[in-house]
Amino acid sequence: MPLRLFSIQDMLRFILTRVSLVIPTFIGITLLAFFLIRLVPGDPIETMAGERGIDVARHEQLKKDFGLDKPLIVQYGYYVERVLHGDLGKSIVTRESVLTEFQSLFPATVELAICAIIFALLLGIPAGIVAAVRRNSIFDHGVMGISLTGYSMPIFWWGLILILVFSVQIGWTPVSGRIDVLYYVEPVTGFLLIDTLFTEDEGAFLSALGHLILPTIVLGTQPLATIARMTRSAMLEVLGEDYIRTAKAKGLSRFRVVGLHALRNALIPVVTVIGLQVGVLFTGAILTETIFSWPGIGKWLIEAIFRRDYPVLQGGLLLVGAIVMSVNLIVDLTYGLINPRIRHNR
Amino acid sequence: MKKSALFAAICVPAFLAAAPLAAKTLVYCSEGSPENFYPGVNTTGTSFDASTQIYSRVVEFERGGTQVQPGLAEKWDISADGTVYTFHLRKGVKWHSNKNFKPTRDMNADDIVFMFERQWKQDNPFFKVTSPNHSYFDDMGMPKLLKSVEKVDAYTVKVTLNQPEAPFLADLAMEFAAVQSKEYADAMLKAGTPEKIDQEPIGTGPFYLVQYQKDATIRYKAFNEYYGGKAKIDDLVFSITPDASVRWAKLQKGECHVMPYPNPADLDAMKKDPNVTVLEQAGLNVGYLAYNTQKKPFDDVRVRKALNMAMNKKAIVDAVYLSSGVTAKNPIPPSMWSYNDAVKDDPFDPEAAKKLLAEAGYPNGFETDLWAMPVQRPYNPNGKRVAELMQADLAKIGVKAEIKTYEWGEYRKRLQAGESQMGQMGWTGDNGDPDNFLHTLLGCDSAKGVSGSNIAKFCYKPFDDLVTKAKVTSDQKARTELYKQAQVIFKEQAPWFTVAHAVQLKPVRKEVVDFKLSPFGRHTFYGVDIKGK
Repeated sequence: MPLRLFSIQDMLRFILTRVSLVIPTFIGITLLAFFLIRLVPGDPIETMAGERGIDVARHEQLKKDFGLDKPLIVQYGYYVERVLHGDLGKSIVTRESVLTEFQSLFPATVELAICAIIFALLLGIPAGIVAAVRRNSIFDHGVMGISLTGYSMPIFWWGLILILVFSVQIGWTPVSGRIDVLYYVEPVTGFLLIDTLFTEDEGAFLSALGHLILPTIVLGTQPLATIARMTRSAMLEVLGEDYIRTAKAKGLSRFRVVGLHALRNALIPVVTVIGLQVGVLFTGAILTETIFSWPGIGKWLIEAIFRRDYPVLQGGLLLVGAIVMSVNLIVDLTYGLINPRIRHNR
Repeated sequence: MKKSALFAAICVPAFLAAAPLAAKTLVYCSEGSPENFYPGVNTTGTSFDASTQIYSRVVEFERGGTQVQPGLAEKWDISADGTVYTFHLRKGVKWHSNKNFKPTRDMNADDIVFMFERQWKQDNPFFKVTSPNHSYFDDMGMPKLLKSVEKVDAYTVKVTLNQPEAPFLADLAMEFAAVQSKEYADAMLKAGTPEKIDQEPIGTGPFYLVQYQKDATIRYKAFNEYYGGKAKIDDLVFSITPDASVRWAKLQKGECHVMPYPNPADLDAMKKDPNVTVLEQAGLNVGYLAYNTQKKPFDDVRVRKALNMAMNKKAIVDAVYLSSGVTAKNPIPPSMWSYNDAVKDDPFDPEAAKKLLAEAGYPNGFETDLWAMPVQRPYNPNGKRVAELMQADLAKIGVKAEIKTYEWGEYRKRLQAGESQMGQMGWTGDNGDPDNFLHTLLGCDSAKGVSGSNIAKFCYKPFDDLVTKAKVTSDQKARTELYKQAQVIFKEQAPWFTVAHAVQLKPVRKEVVDFKLSPFGRHTFYGVDIKGK
């Protein structure tokens, strides 16, 4: 099939179509984030009052102070207006700006998510390839069995088991946190692996690395299982193609056939799946961060739900949504770059 | 000058970075992040624990007890009619400092007046900073109680009350009365960042805040100039660990020294661990089932008494609380002064209960609701299970109870509005004063309206007279007598089925020396040492 070179027009049209889809999604997120939390009984003022409850008159006064007394649709209008001006508001509980809190916690989540996805890719792709090449072998069945188990395992259970075995019983890894409390590291980038390098203290870096091991495994397990299964099935499909037979017939080495001809084509669906994993990673991070006391945005959002901290929840979900959408957009675009058929599919 | 300060502010953290902490570091695995560092607007133990290390109060509770002792005030005089308190402040009490603020003066009367006015006067520029909801200040009745707070001289403050109030001193030892620096507040207001005083706190307490990383750690250092002398440990770290199983894993490994709120399931293993001691103390709390005394059939004392006899309290506590609770007969816990041990609890006697119910005109029982607490609390670890056991016992005397529950906020609101017939509730003491239980939970004042804490809507004059009189009597001996009588009337009138007092369990590593349990459930580390370091 002759390769048709894409024109700039095609590319632009493709980008525009994708970007235009982002706008309704964005509006959808603001609506969901805004109204869903308000469906939950209780309000931030009551939650703040805690065990003791609150006087009705004071409750009303505080609702007014926080602008929660207006009709929902009006509140939504104000909210959207502020968002359009780049103002995500202040947390009702801590009075810190939502953006500042997000910025201080986000690097922890990104650091964990990057490690988890690297872990999933490094193990998942080779496992999937080998399982496909040795189809129906013990290795294939083993990999698929393990990945199914990994996929079905509840994160909180898996996390606790790893802590009990590797931290408490064997003592190889620390239990939780990002770094040993003995090290006092001032956040510069927020990525501890980088920040500890600035300190010229080897112990600090190793401690940060050690603390990453278990959370990485826990958060990376589900993506690992998905990637391994996806790689396997994509590889199987490609390996049955005519051009693979041709390549084999030409006498190419097995490594070249599998590694170059098959894998490159099989990677297309895998790349899409990796893009989709970003969403999975954020969801998984909520549980992983809670178990491992990891100070990231997952834990922050959970706390915001418990405290009915509307601005944090709205702002946080919006930012997370924006990030997931951007990553998927980038994946879509690169996908288009890799595979011209998608670009021209109109 | 300014430039060099800025330079220092930038450089100091860089030098400190990654420097291992000094020798004596105590790590406390706390259960969550504080809301902020201003206890005046907080209500949770988590936030109080974080700020109590930093601040001092006018008077303090003794370590591990409820007795009030001198704090920032060395001594005080109370006028004969009990309405004027004159506090004589300690001299030479130093403030902490941070990168934004270096104090130029010691603590003085201005700071004490500021503590009151910030929570009291709506026109105070700090009234609304962080939150206008000064929950405890209001709940302890301060706005109505205070007549004036005056600075007599730099080290004397005169507080005049509208009426005598015996628990006033104990109130001032509570967390909400933490004293902040007026000078710092003024400086931050001028800089346009008033909320900084609650986020980067300056206090006079035994530890100063070094760094707070949300959801990760709170780091404190012992304050060398603390008026009570430097703490025995050098560094204090709160390692924020929300999951109880993970806290236990960290304690086992020595990653932390003290942990709060253990999982009941882990207690056996904790008690067997040679490196860990589990400290125990009956807390200042009570879990109960309130009968709505204004609704039929619970407006009849015979019905309430009958139900009290129909439910097997011991079985409930054994089954649900395990080792973390003891049965309750009085509305106040045994560790509180004026506890009346002579009061006899209603016996478990279903036959007698049936008889009494027949006398009251319900020979075949009746139908009622039974509200179960939707959340877990030390004084009620499993509301639903407790309700089921109660339901089964009541069925035996012909009372059909339908279990109901709501989301916690809603639950509390509806109970306070008097919607239930029977509802589970509980209370944890604020200031160690019996008034805080007997008047707050059972007095006529809090039975009125739709938001009072008296969910039994119990308003019985002989009882109310006693607790109201005790409230305005300064003499503790006389008060003790009044409260003892009130407990007798409580038992006769039976507005509640008292269930249990939760026992506070605190696993602590063996190397920790002299950690004392606080009856208020606080975790304070002044006076605590670490062995072998």
